[in-house]
Amino acid sequence: MSEVFVLAQFVGDKVAKTTGELATCGARIGDVTAIVLAAPGKGAALASQVTSGRIAKVVVIESADFDKFGVSASAAVLAHIVGEHKPAALLITSSAFGKELAGCIAVLTDSGLITDAVDVSSELVATQIVFGGSSTVHSRVSHGSAIITLRPNSVTPDLEKSSPEILNVSVAVGESAKHAEVISSQPPVAEGRPELTEAQIIVSGGRGTNGDFGPVETFADLLGAAVGASRAATDAGWYPHSHQVGQTGKTVSPQLYVACGISGAIQHRAGMQTSKTIVVINKDPEAPIFELADFGVVGDLFSVLPQASEGVKAHKS
Amino acid sequence: MNIAVCVKQVPDSWAEKKMNGGVLDRQGVDAVLNDLDEYAVEEALRIVEAHGGNGEGGANTITVISMGPERTADAVRKALSMGADAAIIVTDAALAGSDALATSKVLAKVIEGGKFDLVICGTESTDARMSVVPAMIAQRLAWAQLTFAGSVVVDAGAVTITRVTEAGVDTMKAQFPAVISVVEKINEPRYPSFKGIMAAKKKPVEIKDLASLGIDASQVGTAGAWSTVVDATPRPPKAAGIKIVDDGNGGKALVDFLVVKKFL
Ligand SMILES: Cc1cc2nc3c(=O)[nH]c(=O)nc-3n(C[C@H](O)[C@H](O)[C@H](O)COP(=O)(O)OP(=O)(O)OC[C@H]3O[C@@H](n4cnc5c(N)ncnc54)[C@H](O)[C@@H]3O)c2cc1C
Repeated sequence: MSEVFVLAQFVGDKVAKTTGELATCGARIGDVTAIVLAAPGKGAALASQVTSGRIAKVVVIESADFDKFGVSASAAVLAHIVGEHKPAALLITSSAFGKELAGCIAVLTDSGLITDAVDVSSELVATQIVFGGSSTVHSRVSHGSAIITLRPNSVTPDLEKSSPEILNVSVAVGESAKHAEVISSQPPVAEGRPELTEAQIIVSGGRGTNGDFGPVETFADLLGAAVGASRAATDAGWYPHSHQVGQTGKTVSPQLYVACGISGAIQHRAGMQTSKTIVVINKDPEAPIFELADFGVVGDLFSVLPQASEGVKAHKS
Repeated sequence: MNIAVCVKQVPDSWAEKKMNGGVLDRQGVDAVLNDLDEYAVEEALRIVEAHGGNGEGGANTITVISMGPERTADAVRKALSMGADAAIIVTDAALAGSDALATSKVLAKVIEGGKFDLVICGTESTDARMSVVPAMIAQRLAWAQLTFAGSVVVDAGAVTITRVTEAGVDTMKAQFPAVISVVEKINEPRYPSFKGIMAAKKKPVEIKDLASLGIDASQVGTAGAWSTVVDATPRPPKAAGIKIVDDGNGGKALVDFLVVKKFL
Protein backbone atom coordinates (compact mmCIF):
# COMPACT_ATOMS: atom_id res chain seq x y z
CA MET A 1 0.00 0.00 0.00
CA SER A 2 1.25 3.47 -0.74
CA GLU A 3 2.36 5.87 1.95
CA VAL A 4 0.73 9.22 2.61
CA PHE A 5 2.24 12.00 4.69
CA VAL A 6 0.05 14.38 6.62
CA LEU A 7 1.42 17.42 8.42
CA ALA A 8 0.06 17.47 11.96
CA GLN A 9 -1.14 20.89 13.00
CA PHE A 10 -1.30 22.38 16.46
CA VAL A 11 -2.95 25.38 18.04
CA GLY A 12 -0.48 26.36 20.74
CA ASP A 13 0.42 22.99 22.27
CA LYS A 14 -2.89 21.28 21.45
CA VAL A 15 -3.45 19.15 18.37
CA ALA A 16 -5.80 20.84 15.88
CA LYS A 17 -8.97 19.13 14.69
CA THR A 18 -7.72 19.56 11.13
CA THR A 19 -5.00 16.98 11.79
CA GLY A 20 -7.75 14.33 12.09
CA GLU A 21 -9.35 15.62 8.89
CA LEU A 22 -6.08 15.20 7.00
CA ALA A 23 -5.57 11.73 8.46
CA THR A 24 -9.10 10.75 7.41
CA CYS A 25 -8.42 11.74 3.79
CA GLY A 26 -4.97 10.21 3.91
CA ALA A 27 -6.24 6.83 5.13
CA ARG A 28 -8.39 6.51 1.99
CA ILE A 29 -5.24 6.65 -0.09
CA GLY A 30 -2.66 4.67 1.87
CA ASP A 31 -0.82 4.18 5.15
CA VAL A 32 -0.74 7.45 7.00
CA THR A 33 2.42 8.88 8.47
CA ALA A 34 1.79 12.04 10.45
CA ILE A 35 4.70 14.46 10.60
CA VAL A 36 5.18 16.59 13.69
CA LEU A 37 7.52 19.59 13.40
CA ALA A 38 8.34 20.77 16.89
CA ALA A 39 10.60 23.01 18.91
CA PRO A 40 13.36 21.12 20.77
CA GLY A 41 11.95 19.12 23.68
CA LYS A 42 8.33 19.65 22.64
CA GLY A 43 7.92 16.80 20.14
CA ALA A 44 6.87 13.98 22.46
CA ALA A 45 4.03 15.92 24.07
CA LEU A 46 2.70 16.98 20.67
CA ALA A 47 3.11 13.56 19.03
CA SER A 48 1.19 11.80 21.81
CA GLN A 49 -1.92 13.77 20.85
CA VAL A 50 -1.88 12.70 17.21
CA THR A 51 -4.30 9.80 17.51
CA SER A 52 -7.45 10.77 15.57
CA GLY A 53 -8.06 8.72 12.45
CA ARG A 54 -6.15 5.75 11.13
CA ILE A 55 -2.54 6.79 11.62
CA ALA A 56 0.19 4.19 11.22
CA LYS A 57 3.20 6.24 12.23
CA VAL A 58 4.12 9.57 13.70
CA VAL A 59 7.45 11.04 12.70
CA VAL A 60 8.75 13.75 15.00
CA ILE A 61 11.36 16.22 13.84
CA GLU A 62 12.60 18.76 16.37
CA SER A 63 14.44 21.94 15.52
CA ALA A 64 14.63 25.47 16.88
CA ASP A 65 14.76 26.63 13.26
CA PHE A 66 11.04 26.04 12.63
CA ASP A 67 10.04 28.94 14.83
CA LYS A 68 13.05 31.00 13.87
CA PHE A 69 12.92 30.84 10.08
CA GLY A 70 9.23 30.38 9.32
CA VAL A 71 7.91 28.72 6.18
CA SER A 72 11.34 28.23 4.56
CA ALA A 73 12.71 26.04 7.35
CA SER A 74 9.66 23.78 7.53
CA ALA A 75 9.59 23.55 3.73
CA ALA A 76 13.24 22.51 3.56
CA VAL A 77 12.76 19.70 6.08
CA LEU A 78 9.50 18.42 4.63
CA ALA A 79 10.89 18.53 1.10
CA HIS A 80 13.84 16.49 2.32
CA ILE A 81 11.69 13.69 3.71
CA VAL A 82 9.26 13.80 0.78
CA GLY A 83 12.26 13.45 -1.53
CA GLU A 84 13.54 10.52 0.48
CA HIS A 85 10.27 8.57 0.88
CA LYS A 86 8.37 9.70 -2.21
CA PRO A 87 4.94 9.33 -0.60
CA ALA A 88 1.90 9.24 -2.88
CA ALA A 89 0.76 12.46 -1.28
CA LEU A 90 1.55 15.09 1.32
CA LEU A 91 -1.57 16.61 2.83
CA ILE A 92 -1.42 19.97 4.62
CA THR A 93 -4.18 22.14 6.07
CA SER A 94 -5.05 25.18 3.94
CA SER A 95 -3.98 28.39 5.65
CA ALA A 96 -1.60 31.19 4.73
CA PHE A 97 1.24 29.12 6.21
CA GLY A 98 0.02 25.78 4.85
CA LYS A 99 -0.39 26.97 1.29
CA GLU A 100 3.00 28.68 1.16
CA LEU A 101 4.59 25.63 2.67
CA ALA A 102 2.95 23.43 0.05
CA GLY A 103 4.09 25.78 -2.71
CA CYS A 104 7.71 25.72 -1.56
CA ILE A 105 7.70 21.93 -1.19
CA ALA A 106 6.22 21.55 -4.67
CA VAL A 107 9.08 23.66 -6.05
CA LEU A 108 11.74 21.80 -4.07
CA THR A 109 10.50 18.30 -4.90
CA ASP A 110 9.31 18.98 -8.43
CA SER A 111 5.79 17.90 -7.54
CA GLY A 112 2.34 19.04 -8.59
CA LEU A 113 0.30 21.19 -6.23
CA ILE A 114 -3.41 21.54 -5.52
CA THR A 115 -4.59 24.08 -2.95
CA ASP A 116 -7.87 24.56 -1.10
CA ALA A 117 -9.27 21.12 -1.81
CA VAL A 118 -12.53 20.35 -0.02
CA ASP A 119 -12.10 16.61 -0.53
CA VAL A 120 -9.55 14.06 -1.73
CA SER A 121 -10.66 10.66 -3.02
CA SER A 122 -8.94 7.28 -2.68
CA GLU A 123 -7.79 7.76 -6.29
CA LEU A 124 -6.11 11.02 -5.24
CA VAL A 125 -8.59 13.16 -7.10
CA ALA A 126 -9.01 16.48 -5.32
CA THR A 127 -12.25 18.44 -5.34
CA GLN A 128 -12.15 22.24 -5.34
CA ILE A 129 -14.97 24.75 -5.39
CA VAL A 130 -13.93 27.78 -7.40
CA PHE A 131 -15.10 31.08 -8.85
CA GLY A 132 -17.32 32.28 -6.10
CA GLY A 133 -18.81 28.83 -5.58
CA SER A 134 -20.03 28.62 -9.16
CA SER A 135 -17.93 25.65 -10.30
CA THR A 136 -16.69 22.35 -8.94
CA VAL A 137 -13.33 21.20 -10.26
CA HIS A 138 -11.81 17.75 -9.90
CA SER A 139 -8.12 17.50 -10.52
CA ARG A 140 -5.15 15.30 -9.84
CA VAL A 141 -1.45 15.75 -9.60
CA SER A 142 0.44 14.23 -12.51
CA HIS A 143 4.04 14.55 -11.36
CA GLY A 144 5.90 13.75 -8.16
CA SER A 145 4.15 13.39 -4.82
CA ALA A 146 0.72 15.02 -4.80
CA ILE A 147 1.08 18.10 -2.60
CA ILE A 148 -2.47 18.99 -1.56
CA THR A 149 -3.82 21.50 0.92
CA LEU A 150 -7.22 20.72 2.41
CA ARG A 151 -9.62 23.35 3.70
CA PRO A 152 -10.43 23.03 7.39
CA ASN A 153 -13.87 21.64 8.24
CA SER A 154 -14.45 20.16 4.77
CA VAL A 155 -14.10 16.49 5.66
CA THR A 156 -15.81 14.72 8.55
CA PRO A 157 -12.99 13.30 10.63
CA ASP A 158 -12.91 9.58 11.34
CA LEU A 159 -13.54 9.11 15.06
CA GLU A 160 -11.40 5.99 15.28
CA LYS A 161 -8.38 6.34 17.61
CA SER A 162 -5.00 4.92 16.71
CA SER A 163 -1.93 4.28 18.75
CA PRO A 164 0.70 4.91 16.14
CA GLU A 165 4.35 4.09 16.47
CA ILE A 166 6.36 7.26 17.19
CA LEU A 167 9.71 7.79 15.51
CA ASN A 168 12.19 10.58 16.11
CA VAL A 169 14.09 11.71 13.07
CA SER A 170 16.64 14.45 12.77
CA VAL A 171 16.89 16.59 9.67
CA ALA A 172 19.10 19.67 9.56
CA VAL A 173 17.81 22.91 8.06
CA GLY A 174 20.17 24.14 5.33
CA GLU A 175 21.56 27.67 5.19
CA SER A 176 19.48 28.61 2.15
CA ALA A 177 16.32 28.27 4.27
CA LYS A 178 17.63 30.76 6.83
CA HIS A 179 17.49 34.04 4.93
CA ALA A 180 14.50 35.51 6.74
CA GLU A 181 14.48 35.45 10.49
CA VAL A 182 11.52 35.71 12.83
CA ILE A 183 12.49 38.36 15.39
CA SER A 184 9.34 38.24 17.48
CA SER A 185 5.94 36.55 17.41
CA GLN A 186 2.63 37.32 18.95
CA PRO A 187 0.17 34.43 18.85
CA PRO A 188 -3.48 35.37 18.30
CA VAL A 189 -5.32 36.28 21.50
CA ALA A 190 -7.40 33.40 22.83
CA GLU A 191 -10.95 34.48 23.69
CA GLY A 192 -12.55 31.30 24.94
CA ARG A 193 -14.58 30.90 21.75
CA PRO A 194 -13.95 28.22 19.12
CA GLU A 195 -11.31 28.98 16.51
CA LEU A 196 -12.94 30.45 13.41
CA THR A 197 -11.75 27.90 10.85
CA GLU A 198 -12.58 24.97 13.12
CA ALA A 199 -15.96 26.17 14.38
CA GLN A 200 -19.13 24.24 13.53
CA ILE A 201 -21.15 27.44 13.84
CA ILE A 202 -20.09 31.02 13.07
CA VAL A 203 -22.08 34.18 13.75
CA SER A 204 -20.68 37.16 11.83
CA GLY A 205 -21.35 40.86 12.03
CA GLY A 206 -20.81 43.58 9.45
CA ARG A 207 -21.30 47.28 9.01
CA GLY A 208 -24.91 46.81 10.07
CA THR A 209 -23.77 46.27 13.69
CA ASN A 210 -22.69 49.89 13.70
CA GLY A 211 -19.84 48.89 15.99
CA ASP A 212 -21.97 47.07 18.55
CA PHE A 213 -21.07 43.37 18.39
CA GLY A 214 -22.95 42.69 21.66
CA PRO A 215 -26.01 40.99 20.13
CA VAL A 216 -23.77 39.00 17.74
CA GLU A 217 -21.56 37.76 20.58
CA THR A 218 -24.49 36.89 22.83
CA PHE A 219 -26.12 34.82 20.10
CA ALA A 220 -22.78 33.20 19.23
CA ASP A 221 -22.12 32.21 22.83
CA LEU A 222 -25.56 30.64 23.19
CA LEU A 223 -24.81 28.49 20.13
CA GLY A 224 -21.22 27.75 21.14
CA ALA A 225 -20.20 29.56 17.97
CA ALA A 226 -17.18 31.53 16.80
CA VAL A 227 -17.57 35.21 15.91
CA GLY A 228 -16.68 36.45 12.43
CA ALA A 229 -16.68 39.90 10.86
CA SER A 230 -16.81 41.54 7.45
CA ARG A 231 -14.01 43.75 6.28
CA ALA A 232 -16.16 46.81 6.87
CA ALA A 233 -16.28 45.83 10.55
CA THR A 234 -12.57 45.03 10.87
CA ASP A 235 -11.53 48.15 8.93
CA ALA A 236 -13.61 50.26 11.29
CA GLY A 237 -11.73 48.67 14.19
CA TRP A 238 -14.92 47.14 15.63
CA TYR A 239 -13.51 43.65 15.58
CA PRO A 240 -9.94 42.28 15.23
CA HIS A 241 -8.66 41.57 11.74
CA SER A 242 -8.01 37.95 12.77
CA HIS A 243 -11.81 37.49 12.70
CA GLN A 244 -12.29 38.77 9.16
CA VAL A 245 -14.01 36.31 6.87
CA GLY A 246 -13.48 36.64 3.15
CA GLN A 247 -10.98 36.86 0.39
CA THR A 248 -8.36 38.65 2.43
CA GLY A 249 -9.51 37.16 5.70
CA LYS A 250 -10.26 33.57 6.59
CA THR A 251 -12.00 30.99 4.48
CA VAL A 252 -14.52 29.11 6.57
CA SER A 253 -17.00 26.34 5.92
CA PRO A 254 -18.94 25.70 9.10
CA GLN A 255 -22.16 23.71 9.36
CA LEU A 256 -23.99 26.97 10.05
CA TYR A 257 -23.03 30.56 9.13
CA VAL A 258 -25.18 33.41 10.41
CA ALA A 259 -24.50 36.72 8.60
CA CYS A 260 -25.82 39.76 10.46
CA GLY A 261 -25.75 43.19 8.84
CA ILE A 262 -23.47 41.99 6.04
CA SER A 263 -24.37 42.86 2.45
CA GLY A 264 -22.66 39.92 0.76
CA ALA A 265 -19.93 41.52 -1.34
CA ILE A 266 -18.12 39.05 -3.56
CA GLN A 267 -15.00 39.30 -1.38
CA HIS A 268 -16.99 38.32 1.69
CA ARG A 269 -18.71 35.45 -0.08
CA ALA A 270 -15.34 34.13 -1.19
CA GLY A 271 -14.66 33.24 2.43
CA MET A 272 -17.97 31.69 3.46
CA GLN A 273 -19.94 30.43 0.52
CA THR A 274 -19.12 26.78 1.15
CA SER A 275 -20.82 26.93 4.57
CA LYS A 276 -23.39 24.11 4.73
CA THR A 277 -26.32 26.19 6.00
CA ILE A 278 -26.48 29.98 5.74
CA VAL A 279 -28.77 32.23 7.75
CA VAL A 280 -29.04 35.94 7.01
CA ILE A 281 -30.34 38.89 8.98
CA ASN A 282 -30.36 42.11 6.97
CA LYS A 283 -32.55 45.22 6.83
CA ASP A 284 -32.29 45.49 3.07
CA PRO A 285 -34.41 42.91 1.19
CA GLU A 286 -32.23 43.48 -1.88
CA ALA A 287 -28.92 42.69 -0.15
CA PRO A 288 -27.06 40.15 -2.33
CA ILE A 289 -26.28 37.96 0.70
CA PHE A 290 -29.90 36.74 0.55
CA GLU A 291 -28.98 34.84 -2.65
CA LEU A 292 -26.97 32.45 -0.49
CA ALA A 293 -29.45 32.21 2.38
CA ASP A 294 -31.17 28.99 3.37
CA PHE A 295 -33.09 31.12 5.82
CA GLY A 296 -33.22 34.90 5.63
CA VAL A 297 -34.88 37.44 7.84
CA VAL A 298 -35.45 40.90 6.39
CA GLY A 299 -35.21 42.93 9.54
CA ASP A 300 -33.16 44.88 12.06
CA LEU A 301 -30.46 42.75 13.67
CA PHE A 302 -30.92 44.71 16.91
CA SER A 303 -34.41 43.27 17.31
CA VAL A 304 -34.11 39.92 15.51
CA LEU A 305 -30.91 38.74 17.26
CA PRO A 306 -32.00 39.49 20.86
CA GLN A 307 -35.31 37.76 20.22
CA ALA A 308 -33.50 34.78 18.71
CA SER A 309 -31.16 34.68 21.74
CA GLU A 310 -34.19 34.60 24.05
CA GLY A 311 -35.65 31.83 21.89
CA VAL A 312 -32.48 29.74 22.16
CA LYS A 313 -32.43 30.18 25.94
CA ALA A 314 -36.08 29.17 26.17
CA HIS A 315 -35.44 26.14 23.96
CA LYS A 316 -32.54 25.02 26.12
CA SER A 317 -34.38 25.32 29.41
CA MET B 1 17.60 50.18 -4.88
CA ASN B 2 15.87 48.28 -7.68
CA ILE B 3 12.42 46.96 -6.97
CA ALA B 4 10.40 44.53 -9.08
CA VAL B 5 6.64 44.36 -8.60
CA CYS B 6 4.93 41.25 -9.95
CA VAL B 7 1.40 41.90 -11.16
CA LYS B 8 -1.29 39.91 -12.90
CA GLN B 9 -4.19 40.80 -15.08
CA VAL B 10 -7.35 39.10 -13.88
CA PRO B 11 -11.01 38.99 -14.84
CA ASP B 12 -12.91 41.71 -13.02
CA SER B 13 -13.92 40.37 -9.56
CA TRP B 14 -17.50 41.31 -10.28
CA ALA B 15 -17.74 39.55 -13.63
CA GLU B 16 -19.23 36.09 -13.94
CA LYS B 17 -16.48 33.55 -14.48
CA LYS B 18 -16.82 30.53 -16.73
CA MET B 19 -14.72 27.47 -17.30
CA ASN B 20 -13.80 26.34 -20.77
CA GLY B 21 -12.26 22.87 -21.07
CA GLY B 22 -11.00 22.96 -17.50
CA VAL B 23 -9.38 26.39 -17.65
CA LEU B 24 -10.76 29.79 -16.89
CA ASP B 25 -12.27 31.43 -19.95
CA ARG B 26 -10.46 34.78 -19.97
CA GLN B 27 -11.82 35.96 -23.31
CA GLY B 28 -15.35 36.93 -22.50
CA VAL B 29 -14.77 39.05 -19.39
CA ASP B 30 -13.37 42.47 -18.58
CA ALA B 31 -9.79 42.23 -17.45
CA VAL B 32 -8.25 44.48 -14.83
CA LEU B 33 -5.11 44.78 -12.73
CA ASN B 34 -5.51 42.33 -9.82
CA ASP B 35 -6.84 44.46 -6.94
CA LEU B 36 -4.36 43.01 -4.51
CA ASP B 37 -1.40 43.91 -6.72
CA GLU B 38 -2.26 47.61 -6.49
CA TYR B 39 -1.18 47.46 -2.86
CA ALA B 40 2.17 46.03 -3.98
CA VAL B 41 2.69 48.83 -6.50
CA GLU B 42 1.71 51.42 -3.88
CA GLU B 43 4.09 49.94 -1.30
CA ALA B 44 6.95 50.02 -3.83
CA LEU B 45 6.20 53.69 -4.48
CA ARG B 46 6.15 54.46 -0.76
CA ILE B 47 9.44 52.65 -0.20
CA VAL B 48 11.22 54.58 -2.96
CA GLU B 49 9.64 57.86 -1.87
CA ALA B 50 11.22 57.35 1.54
CA HIS B 51 14.61 56.58 -0.02
CA GLY B 52 15.35 59.20 -2.67
CA GLY B 53 12.56 58.59 -5.17
CA ASN B 54 12.45 56.96 -8.59
CA GLY B 55 12.12 58.19 -12.16
CA GLU B 56 14.32 60.95 -13.50
CA GLY B 57 16.99 61.88 -10.96
CA GLY B 58 15.74 59.30 -8.48
CA ALA B 59 17.99 56.87 -6.69
CA ASN B 60 15.74 53.85 -7.29
CA THR B 61 13.81 52.03 -9.98
CA ILE B 62 10.51 50.18 -9.98
CA THR B 63 9.97 47.59 -12.70
CA VAL B 64 6.60 45.93 -13.16
CA ILE B 65 6.79 42.28 -14.22
CA SER B 66 3.84 40.37 -15.58
CA MET B 67 3.13 37.14 -17.41
CA GLY B 68 0.00 36.80 -19.48
CA PRO B 69 -1.64 37.27 -22.86
CA GLU B 70 -0.89 40.38 -24.90
CA ARG B 71 -3.67 42.43 -23.39
CA THR B 72 -1.84 42.19 -20.05
CA ALA B 73 -0.28 45.45 -21.23
CA ASP B 74 -3.45 47.25 -20.05
CA ALA B 75 -3.02 46.10 -16.46
CA VAL B 76 0.68 46.89 -16.57
CA ARG B 77 -0.12 50.37 -17.87
CA LYS B 78 -2.13 51.07 -14.74
CA ALA B 79 0.88 50.22 -12.56
CA LEU B 80 3.04 52.50 -14.71
CA SER B 81 0.55 55.33 -14.44
CA MET B 82 0.63 54.96 -10.65
CA GLY B 83 4.36 55.71 -10.88
CA ALA B 84 6.42 52.61 -11.73
CA ASP B 85 9.24 53.24 -14.21
CA ALA B 86 9.26 50.36 -16.67
CA ALA B 87 7.68 47.01 -17.37
CA ILE B 88 8.59 43.57 -18.60
CA ILE B 89 5.80 41.40 -19.97
CA VAL B 90 6.29 37.74 -20.75
CA THR B 91 3.81 36.61 -23.32
CA ASP B 92 3.87 33.39 -25.32
CA ALA B 93 1.17 31.17 -26.76
CA ALA B 94 2.75 28.21 -24.93
CA LEU B 95 2.03 29.83 -21.55
CA ALA B 96 -1.74 29.31 -21.70
CA GLY B 97 -2.91 27.03 -18.90
CA SER B 98 0.26 27.46 -16.82
CA ASP B 99 0.01 26.42 -13.17
CA ALA B 100 1.59 28.24 -10.24
CA LEU B 101 4.79 26.20 -10.62
CA ALA B 102 5.23 27.38 -14.20
CA THR B 103 4.23 30.95 -13.38
CA SER B 104 6.79 31.14 -10.60
CA LYS B 105 9.41 29.63 -12.88
CA VAL B 106 8.87 32.30 -15.53
CA LEU B 107 8.73 35.20 -13.07
CA ALA B 108 11.83 33.97 -11.23
CA LYS B 109 13.67 33.77 -14.54
CA VAL B 110 12.82 37.37 -15.37
CA ILE B 111 13.87 38.51 -11.90
CA GLU B 112 17.15 36.62 -12.18
CA GLY B 113 17.88 38.50 -15.40
CA GLY B 114 17.65 41.88 -13.66
CA LYS B 115 19.53 43.40 -10.77
CA PHE B 116 16.75 43.51 -8.23
CA ASP B 117 17.09 43.98 -4.49
CA LEU B 118 13.47 43.53 -3.61
CA VAL B 119 10.48 41.84 -5.24
CA ILE B 120 7.00 42.89 -4.09
CA CYS B 121 3.82 40.93 -4.82
CA GLY B 122 0.17 41.03 -3.75
CA THR B 123 -0.89 38.14 -1.50
CA GLU B 124 -2.98 36.42 -4.14
CA SER B 125 -4.68 36.86 -7.48
CA THR B 126 -8.42 37.26 -7.22
CA ASP B 127 -8.98 34.60 -9.90
CA ALA B 128 -6.71 31.69 -8.99
CA ARG B 129 -6.63 32.47 -5.26
CA MET B 130 -3.77 30.15 -4.44
CA SER B 131 -1.51 32.56 -2.53
CA VAL B 132 1.57 30.55 -3.41
CA VAL B 133 3.39 32.36 -6.21
CA PRO B 134 5.34 34.84 -4.01
CA ALA B 135 6.65 32.01 -1.81
CA MET B 136 7.46 29.92 -4.87
CA ILE B 137 9.40 32.76 -6.49
CA ALA B 138 11.45 33.18 -3.31
CA GLN B 139 12.03 29.44 -3.14
CA ARG B 140 13.18 29.27 -6.76
CA LEU B 141 15.56 32.21 -6.33
CA ALA B 142 16.67 30.98 -2.89
CA TRP B 143 15.97 34.50 -1.62
CA ALA B 144 14.52 35.55 1.70
CA GLN B 145 10.77 35.09 1.82
CA LEU B 146 8.76 37.65 3.79
CA THR B 147 5.11 37.26 2.97
CA PHE B 148 1.74 38.59 4.19
CA ALA B 149 3.34 41.85 5.26
CA GLY B 150 1.08 44.27 7.11
CA SER B 151 3.95 46.75 7.30
CA VAL B 152 7.32 47.01 5.57
CA VAL B 153 10.41 48.93 6.63
CA VAL B 154 13.44 49.09 4.36
CA ASP B 155 16.70 50.24 5.88
CA ALA B 156 20.34 49.86 4.86
CA GLY B 157 19.94 46.84 2.63
CA ALA B 158 17.58 45.02 4.95
CA VAL B 159 13.82 44.66 5.06
CA THR B 160 11.68 44.13 8.14
CA ILE B 161 8.01 43.21 7.94
CA THR B 162 5.20 42.31 10.25
CA ARG B 163 3.66 39.10 8.96
CA VAL B 164 -0.08 39.10 9.61
CA THR B 165 -1.79 35.73 9.30
CA GLU B 166 -4.27 33.54 11.18
CA ALA B 167 -1.30 32.29 13.20
CA GLY B 168 -0.78 35.74 14.74
CA VAL B 169 1.66 38.53 14.05
CA ASP B 170 5.37 37.85 13.48
CA THR B 171 8.11 40.38 12.92
CA MET B 172 10.56 39.09 10.32
CA LYS B 173 13.79 40.53 9.01
CA ALA B 174 16.12 39.73 6.13
CA GLN B 175 18.97 41.19 4.14
CA PHE B 176 18.42 41.93 0.44
CA PRO B 177 17.61 40.34 -1.89
CA ALA B 178 14.15 39.44 -0.67
CA VAL B 179 10.67 38.64 -1.92
CA ILE B 180 7.79 40.16 0.00
CA SER B 181 4.02 40.04 -0.39
CA VAL B 182 1.77 42.69 1.11
CA VAL B 183 -1.74 42.38 2.54
CA GLU B 184 -4.48 44.80 1.54
CA LYS B 185 -4.50 46.52 4.92
CA ILE B 186 -0.99 47.88 4.39
CA ASN B 187 -1.84 51.05 2.47
CA GLU B 188 -4.40 52.85 0.33
CA PRO B 189 -3.33 52.62 -3.33
CA ARG B 190 -3.24 55.98 -5.10
CA TYR B 191 -5.32 56.73 -8.15
CA PRO B 192 -3.22 57.43 -11.22
CA SER B 193 -3.08 61.18 -11.86
CA PHE B 194 -3.69 62.63 -15.33
CA LYS B 195 0.03 63.41 -15.49
CA GLY B 196 0.81 59.85 -14.46
CA ILE B 197 -1.45 58.43 -17.15
CA MET B 198 0.18 60.57 -19.84
CA ALA B 199 3.69 59.75 -18.61
CA ALA B 200 2.92 56.02 -18.58
CA LYS B 201 2.41 56.07 -22.34
CA LYS B 202 6.09 56.86 -22.82
CA LYS B 203 7.50 54.41 -20.30
CA PRO B 204 9.43 51.42 -21.67
CA VAL B 205 7.55 48.12 -21.86
CA GLU B 206 9.71 45.21 -22.88
CA ILE B 207 7.97 42.14 -24.29
CA LYS B 208 9.73 38.82 -23.85
CA ASP B 209 8.86 35.34 -25.04
CA LEU B 210 9.90 31.99 -23.62
CA ALA B 211 12.79 31.57 -26.00
CA SER B 212 14.35 34.85 -24.90
CA LEU B 213 14.18 33.61 -21.30
CA GLY B 214 15.68 30.25 -22.20
CA ILE B 215 12.63 28.35 -20.97
CA ASP B 216 11.45 25.37 -22.97
CA ALA B 217 7.77 25.49 -23.97
CA SER B 218 7.26 21.95 -22.63
CA GLN B 219 7.94 23.20 -19.07
CA VAL B 220 5.00 25.59 -19.00
CA GLY B 221 1.40 25.90 -20.08
CA THR B 222 -1.02 22.99 -20.07
CA ALA B 223 1.76 20.66 -21.26
CA GLY B 224 4.02 21.47 -18.32
CA ALA B 225 1.32 21.63 -15.65
CA TRP B 226 1.82 19.03 -12.97
CA SER B 227 -1.78 18.90 -12.05
CA THR B 228 -4.52 18.11 -14.52
CA VAL B 229 -8.18 18.90 -14.39
CA VAL B 230 -10.28 15.74 -14.56
CA ASP B 231 -13.52 17.64 -14.97
CA ALA B 232 -15.05 21.01 -14.17
CA THR B 233 -18.76 21.45 -13.79
CA PRO B 234 -20.89 24.44 -12.96
CA ARG B 235 -22.53 24.05 -9.58
CA PRO B 236 -26.28 24.23 -9.63
CA PRO B 237 -27.41 27.59 -8.30
CA LYS B 238 -28.33 27.29 -4.66
CA ALA B 239 -31.99 26.38 -4.26
CA ALA B 240 -33.87 29.45 -3.10
CA GLY B 241 -34.11 29.44 0.66
CA ILE B 242 -36.84 30.69 2.92
CA LYS B 243 -37.03 34.48 3.21
CA ILE B 244 -39.31 36.16 5.68
CA VAL B 245 -39.89 39.78 6.60
CA ASP B 246 -39.62 40.46 10.33
CA ASP B 247 -43.06 41.26 11.62
CA GLY B 248 -41.95 41.21 15.23
CA ASN B 249 -41.46 37.44 15.29
CA GLY B 250 -38.45 37.12 12.98
CA GLY B 251 -36.13 36.02 15.79
CA LYS B 252 -38.56 33.29 16.85
CA ALA B 253 -38.91 32.06 13.28
CA LEU B 254 -35.13 31.92 13.05
CA VAL B 255 -34.95 29.75 16.17
CA ASP B 256 -37.65 27.46 14.76
CA PHE B 257 -35.54 27.04 11.64
CA LEU B 258 -32.48 26.15 13.73
CA VAL B 259 -34.54 23.58 15.63
CA VAL B 260 -35.83 21.98 12.41
CA LYS B 261 -32.26 21.84 11.10
CA LYS B 262 -31.17 20.24 14.41
CA PHE B 263 -28.74 23.00 15.36
CA LEU B 264 -30.63 23.21 18.63
C1 LIG C 1 -9.11 43.75 -2.35
C2 LIG C 1 -10.32 43.64 -1.48
C3 LIG C 1 -10.39 42.62 -0.53
C4 LIG C 1 -11.51 42.49 0.30
N1 LIG C 1 -11.55 41.47 1.22
C5 LIG C 1 -12.65 41.33 1.99
C6 LIG C 1 -12.75 40.27 2.97
O1 LIG C 1 -11.85 39.47 3.15
N2 LIG C 1 -13.88 40.18 3.70
C7 LIG C 1 -14.93 41.06 3.56
O2 LIG C 1 -15.94 40.92 4.27
N3 LIG C 1 -14.85 42.07 2.67
C8 LIG C 1 -13.73 42.23 1.90
N4 LIG C 1 -13.68 43.28 1.02
C9 LIG C 1 -14.68 44.36 1.14
C10 LIG C 1 -16.00 44.08 0.46
O3 LIG C 1 -15.91 44.48 -0.88
C11 LIG C 1 -17.13 44.86 1.17
O4 LIG C 1 -16.81 46.22 1.17
C12 LIG C 1 -17.38 44.42 2.61
O5 LIG C 1 -17.53 43.02 2.67
C13 LIG C 1 -18.65 45.09 3.11
O6 LIG C 1 -18.88 44.76 4.46
P1 LIG C 1 -20.36 44.75 5.02
O7 LIG C 1 -21.19 43.79 4.28
O8 LIG C 1 -20.27 44.59 6.49
O9 LIG C 1 -20.81 46.27 4.78
P2 LIG C 1 -21.87 46.86 3.77
O10 LIG C 1 -21.65 46.41 2.39
O11 LIG C 1 -21.94 48.31 4.05
O12 LIG C 1 -23.22 46.19 4.23
C14 LIG C 1 -23.83 46.43 5.44
C15 LIG C 1 -25.17 45.69 5.41
O13 LIG C 1 -25.77 45.80 6.68
C16 LIG C 1 -27.16 46.00 6.51
N5 LIG C 1 -27.63 46.65 7.72
C17 LIG C 1 -27.38 47.91 8.15
N6 LIG C 1 -27.95 48.13 9.34
C18 LIG C 1 -28.57 46.99 9.69
C19 LIG C 1 -29.33 46.58 10.82
N7 LIG C 1 -29.55 47.41 11.86
N8 LIG C 1 -29.86 45.35 10.83
C20 LIG C 1 -29.65 44.50 9.79
N9 LIG C 1 -28.93 44.82 8.70
C21 LIG C 1 -28.38 46.05 8.66
C22 LIG C 1 -27.29 46.81 5.26
O14 LIG C 1 -28.56 46.60 4.67
C23 LIG C 1 -26.14 46.26 4.40
O15 LIG C 1 -26.60 45.19 3.57
C24 LIG C 1 -12.58 43.42 0.17
C25 LIG C 1 -12.51 44.42 -0.79
C26 LIG C 1 -11.41 44.53 -1.62
C27 LIG C 1 -11.38 45.61 -2.65
